[in-house]
Amino acid sequence: MKEPVQKEYPRQLEGEKVPMVRFRDVTKRYGDLVVLDSLDLDVDEGEMVTIIGPSGSGKTTVLRMLMALEKINSGIIYVDGQPMTHMPKNGALTWADEKYLRRQRTNIGMCFQHFNLFPHMTALENCIEAPIQVLVLNKKAAVERAEGLLDMVGMLEKAGEHPSRLSGGQQQRVAIARALAMRPKVLLFDEVTSALDPEVIGEVTQVIRKLVNKHNLTMLMVTHQMGFAREISDRVCFFYDGKIEEQGPPEEIFGAPQSERTQQFLGAVLEAT
Amino acid sequence: MTYFEFLNTYGPQLLDGAVTTALQTLLAAALAIGIAVVMGLMRLSHNRFVYGAATVYIEVFRGTSLLVQIYWIFFVLPLFGLTLEKFTAGYIAVGMNLGAYGAELVRGGILSVPRGQWEAATALSMSPAIRMRRIIFPQALLKMLPPWGNLLIELLKGTALVALISVTDLMFVARKINGTTYLSAQAFGSALIIYYVMSRSVITPFMRWLERVMTRKLGRA
Repeated sequence: MKEPVQKEYPRQLEGEKVPMVRFRDVTKRYGDLVVLDSLDLDVDEGEMVTIIGPSGSGKTTVLRMLMALEKINSGIIYVDGQPMTHMPKNGALTWADEKYLRRQRTNIGMCFQHFNLFPHMTALENCIEAPIQVLVLNKKAAVERAEGLLDMVGMLEKAGEHPSRLSGGQQQRVAIARALAMRPKVLLFDEVTSALDPEVIGEVTQVIRKLVNKHNLTMLMVTHQMGFAREISDRVCFFYDGKIEEQGPPEEIFGAPQSERTQQFLGAVLEAT
Repeated sequence: MTYFEFLNTYGPQLLDGAVTTALQTLLAAALAIGIAVVMGLMRLSHNRFVYGAATVYIEVFRGTSLLVQIYWIFFVLPLFGLTLEKFTAGYIAVGMNLGAYGAELVRGGILSVPRGQWEAATALSMSPAIRMRRIIFPQALLKMLPPWGNLLIELLKGTALVALISVTDLMFVARKINGTTYLSAQAFGSALIIYYVMSRSVITPFMRWLERVMTRKLGRA
């Protein structure tokens, strides 16, 4: 990414309620393909926002941009009032460098469709690795924290097992514990149940439900499970062509969608299930 | 002279030569592994200079003859003021040559670690160095081991060329015996057998063992 002439972006105003996540005018292109088209999206602290939409609509891209796994082409993303994609330099905002990104990423945790646990480490080691290496926690504190989280996701008994010995659902629960071990402010779920066998989806959604009910964590979830999205979300965003086509409380989106595209999509999805 | 008598007379010399070959192999392997890791990582760098330096190294050492490299290091470097003892020159040349091949194995092994592993490490805010050392490289290592077994056998056989700068290795001894006794079949036959035994019953079992240990350690047993 070149250092382009950067538009002036307003800093967060004093007294204004600061959203936990703020996308402003964010565009992401792969060549000529526009994946995110001038996206504006605010997520409040403690809010659970679910992103739904047809494949290729840019929903996973939203999470990947927020996690800074890839760079955006233009616009800016704030997390907890601080710029994520940009950093302050000489009184202006320039594109964030790797070091700045690394610090900002600690605010965000991410769970992947294919879990991506480290296969050469046990469940416990997966959960203590980054806290020790990145947060420089001592081993005892990291183990304590990890054991608490593994207990919370119901995986404490399997703490000593390697991922290859765990089922998909179990791996995903460990992955959630691993992300939480960094104490993120925002947690991202990228189709976390899509690669699971139907009979184990419940154990993962149960953990997410628990997080929503008991913790004041801000969460963004991309999912194909409409029933779960309807039950758990504070807000549902329907993505189409890199834009938010329609958003609102789940009862509205699922009960009385306004946009024709939303109606079509939900019609097709509900028919399929 | 029966083969038994031959062994009685020349066995100790051949054994001495075999020990030298084993030492050359060990030292060259250590050097090759070190070079392979450094060059392999440099080949993955986004810095054009770093990447370029590794590419030039690999191209030069893979693209030219090992024998010529041995001669260069032993006969030509002294002209530039760097004189190496023949034993040292031997294993350095072999190590540098095989290290160039190894670099590509390292690079390939690292690139074969699934993207999700890199992303998971990045999402946990790991720095590139921590990510490589703790997450990517251990997984890459396991995938690299089988081709490294091949490479080490190549390396063992490659050390035979150091006889040409008079390092008294197995090949040197066999040539000497042949030169004084004309018992070519016995001399080179023995060398053949010893090389085979070294690769088949030392290197190969060692690599198999290493693979098993690593597999267990990486929890995929």
